[in-house]
Amino acid sequence: MSDSILEIDARDLLCPMPIFKIDQAIMGVPLQGRVKLVATDPGIERDLPAWCAINGHVLIDLARKGRIWTAIVEKGS
Amino acid sequence: MVDDSEIMTTTPFVPAGNRPIRALGLLSGGLDSTLAVRLLQEQGIEVGCVNFHTGFCIQSHTGAMRNPREGAPPPRHDALHAAQTLGVKLHLIDIASDYVRIVTHPKHGYGKNLNPCLDCKIFMVAKAWAMAKELGYDFIFSGEVLGQRPMSQRRDTFPVIDREAGVAGWLLRPLTALRMPETEPEKRGWVDRTRLEGFSGRGRKPQMALAKKFAINDYPSPAGGCCFLTDENYARKLRDLWAFRQQREYSMEDILLLKAGRHIRPAPHFKLIVGRDQTENRFLSGFRKGRVVIQTRNIAGPLTLMEGEVSSREDRLLACRIAARYSKGKESSKVAMSVEYEGVTEVMEVFPLPAHELPDQWHV
Repeated sequence: MSDSILEIDARDLLCPMPIFKIDQAIMGVPLQGRVKLVATDPGIERDLPAWCAINGHVLIDLARKGRIWTAIVEKGS
Repeated sequence: MVDDSEIMTTTPFVPAGNRPIRALGLLSGGLDSTLAVRLLQEQGIEVGCVNFHTGFCIQSHTGAMRNPREGAPPPRHDALHAAQTLGVKLHLIDIASDYVRIVTHPKHGYGKNLNPCLDCKIFMVAKAWAMAKELGYDFIFSGEVLGQRPMSQRRDTFPVIDREAGVAGWLLRPLTALRMPETEPEKRGWVDRTRLEGFSGRGRKPQMALAKKFAINDYPSPAGGCCFLTDENYARKLRDLWAFRQQREYSMEDILLLKAGRHIRPAPHFKLIVGRDQTENRFLSGFRKGRVVIQTRNIAGPLTLMEGEVSSREDRLLACRIAARYSKGKESSKVAMSVEYEGVTEVMEVFPLPAHELPDQWHV
């Protein structure tokens, strides 16, 4: 696993832009590299797990604090 | 209809390069496109899907921006969830920038509002076909049903879409195929036509019956529209934007802002967007740059954006009076308002505009 973590700020973006941002960003990440996504769209709670499942990525963590969601995703195959 | 065992023994599904036939579908996540995928999967075809983001897509997320119901499940992106349920790869493609010319100058004109459905479909089908060729798919398909939509899903418009998108013969519509000429995938035996459907019209009962057969239970309301451009109120606001800018153009910020707030135009040279609740106020707050931001100082009230020509103090005063009208102080004789613009905050004490001084025609 790579130690580096790419951070994506998707705050104030509405669906589907947070997913677009992580979809594009993860292309440049090596296998098993990690991406951190910060978002305010509540849809991320359901969309991010679905996006991970479709693309074979691993959702390591998804936590909400107030109206901000922070997720860690590990790039899969 | 034929039974599955017959299909397995008679249909050559591996005609080229000893690999499964691959098809790329346009997936909105609605019932029709979901069923189209399942019909092809049933035939052993390897399906991938594409979903295009135009900027005008109505998703439950946008609805949730206003008045989110307490305890309601979070909103979701329908295509993503359909893809997960179907077990298919989904290519999410942002076409919003390229899409501007489709909205502003549609060759085939608009539908009832500002919906350029035929041009939109041609554009998306052409994009999907280009992607299919690039990614190694053998043909493309959609969930269109003959007679379901008045502008783009008609017997006379299907050939127009196929021809102008450069995909004649290579776009299969599995739900309505039996009412259409054979496509190349059918002629070549890649797809068994007898296992496709012949649905037509606006009714959804056959689709619902097929969904039940496939045990597909979780799909969005079939009656739901999918595009803001078909919405009368939204189209009116977009027309207003074009009229007062004297050009048919828009930015991504423009079309997002048209989705939120009360839009009030007291004069041709400026417009107000008044938040209707806390979630809209928060949303509008993200669009401060380049606009005047008006808020009440000591009492609860909306966040109001003023855009256009905003240099006149008299106009800003009127804007404050209108904004104050939607605050908790609307019955007061004096409400303190803060007016922020280009890093400078000015305080104005105003008498909220009475209802009779706010003409209906100011509401966009």
